[in-house]
Amino acid sequence: MADAPKKPKFDLAKFITEGQIWKSMFRHGYTTSDRDRSLSVLTNVFFHLHPVKVRKSGARFGFTWCAGGLSFFVFLTLVVSGILLMFYYRPTVEYAYNDIVALREHVPFGIMRELHRWGAHAMIITVWIHMFRVFMTGSYKPPREFNWVIGVILLVLTMLLSFTGYLLPWDQLAMWAITVGSNMARATPFLGHEGPGASLLSIGDIQLVTAGSDVRFALLGGRFVGAGALLRFYILHCVAIPTVVVILMAVHFWRIRKDGGISGPL
Amino acid sequence: MIETFRQLVNSFASPVTIFTSAMVLFILFVTFPAQMTSPWITLPIVAVVVAFFAVGLTDPHFVSIVTAPDNVPIVALLFITGYFTWYSMRKACENDRRMARGEPPKEKLESEEKVLVFPYLIYIEFVIALVYAIGLVVWSILLKAPLEEPANPTVAPNPSKAPWYFLGLQEMLVYYDPWIAGVLFPTLIIIGLCAIPYIDRDTETSGFFSFKARRPVITVFLFGFWILWILLILVGTFLRGPNWNFFGPFEFWDVHKVVPLLNVNLSEFIFIKWLAWGLPKQWFVREAPGIILVLLYFMVPPAILAKTLFKKYYKKLGPVRYSVMVMLLLFMLALPIKMYFRWAFNLKYIVAIPEFFFNI
Ligand code: HEM
Repeated sequence: MADAPKKPKFDLAKFITEGQIWKSMFRHGYTTSDRDRSLSVLTNVFFHLHPVKVRKSGARFGFTWCAGGLSFFVFLTLVVSGILLMFYYRPTVEYAYNDIVALREHVPFGIMRELHRWGAHAMIITVWIHMFRVFMTGSYKPPREFNWVIGVILLVLTMLLSFTGYLLPWDQLAMWAITVGSNMARATPFLGHEGPGASLLSIGDIQLVTAGSDVRFALLGGRFVGAGALLRFYILHCVAIPTVVVILMAVHFWRIRKDGGISGPL
Repeated sequence: MIETFRQLVNSFASPVTIFTSAMVLFILFVTFPAQMTSPWITLPIVAVVVAFFAVGLTDPHFVSIVTAPDNVPIVALLFITGYFTWYSMRKACENDRRMARGEPPKEKLESEEKVLVFPYLIYIEFVIALVYAIGLVVWSILLKAPLEEPANPTVAPNPSKAPWYFLGLQEMLVYYDPWIAGVLFPTLIIIGLCAIPYIDRDTETSGFFSFKARRPVITVFLFGFWILWILLILVGTFLRGPNWNFFGPFEFWDVHKVVPLLNVNLSEFIFIKWLAWGLPKQWFVREAPGIILVLLYFMVPPAILAKTLFKKYYKKLGPVRYSVMVMLLLFMLALPIKMYFRWAFNLKYIVAIPEFFFNI
């Protein structure tokens, strides 16, 4: 009895990682050879945003503060929580506010709104910090000028995303913050009805730029913050601006690599 | 004791004292960065700020403003940006010292070497993402998102404030009309930021923290970032109450606070006060002094500076880049200049042509 050959022990890890299902997803084993580590990056579509190797100085937390990477991660969390919010929210004057109240009162463990709102604040801060570090390390200099410009556009769009989202709860805070903000557009030179030069744009006695035809009207879809503005801001917030941001982020990341990776001293 | 402290702070606080003290601190910071970032100076400053908040939290009014859910990020922002400013300046000074000794900057020691992204970089990103995710969940559980009364177009809250990241612009409205504070300045901020890499092109100082070799550029950037953006946001959020009147940090926001409006236009100064002629009827005569002043402001300094202080830059940048740079700088300085004119002389508009909504 004692000499009977030992049955090999069942190894769950092996069973999983050698099965067809696992192998179809992960194409190579995980040993700590440089080859496998490189393959980890090359065969994963998400990791593949990175190159296989980077400058050691650029992979330091003390150099990038990981602020750009964090901005991207925060953006992803905002997409997820935002999609969940869209299931419950209808952008019309009669429903919007009540949907937010319902979200707070009827949804179990309801922190989705908080995750989305605080995440939006956080993204503004991380993007500012990212810009700050890129500036302080002089990383905007040639050949990275254009990526800095794309960054500036991303910065503006991040703030506009937050601004358009601010209106959606349709409470007093939202309505009046957007009123104050959009009132500025009235004063746009030539294009706002209270802007300098707007009164010059007329045919005879007919004013071309009025409260019903200026940039503010185009932004709000009306003369004041009402149903038209709510719908416009909803679409800008959930569809239009995110689409542009995603495209620009793709360009931003691609440019980082084309410009020679994270900057380092010459 | 605490009561006297509060009163002292309230009576000291005003836009001019706050702005001026911030400027003094800022000038010290960029003049003596090595000393200012040493623990001997940083820690006491942090201690004072923390003590200020600690004492402040005993004041119900202060608490109600600082802990308003949407204002919490600004308090966080103050400490986060403060920390990173300190950090980058400290690293810059360290590199400056190394280079003065003829050694390469610290980043250079590692920049030739390459590491595998997996696991070295992905590991950092993973930890950061995890820490952020946990932090966000905790923040969301502790602090409920605000929801006020349903929107009502007939009842305007007083004060009505834009979202916090635009409050710097709203604060500028005190000094400039909306077409400048709300349209021109934001446009110029965006253009100015985009222009930075096309004006500052020295690649010797790219890719590592440094200060000495980049002193003018970093000074301008930090001035814009801290004084003209963050500071104005702080003032606009925490110290502007009903009717956009200024309130000390421990002052109750009284809707009926009466602030005399004595602001006077430049034209009134000249034609009524000094010449005692009375205001001319035609706007182009009335506003001629102001218009000339503004034109001089934008035309004379660039020419003089090109021959004197900025001679070096003019040669290096050429006429186009040089003009763009000086124009942007002049626009940037136009804000603090007008602020001080307002505080010193109650100056309202330098050029006031309400006929065309054209006031400067
Ligand atoms: C939505 C916002 C943004 C995202 C998600 C993002 C993402 C990133 C990431 C992941 C990197 C890699 C290095 C790092 O993490 O620091 C990076 C680098 C860079 N970013 Fe951004 N960024 C954003 C906004 C900005 C802004 C506002 C600016 C400047 C105004 C900017 C300018 C740059 C530049 C010049 C680099 C190259 C830095 C180097 O080579 O050292 N980006 N960005």
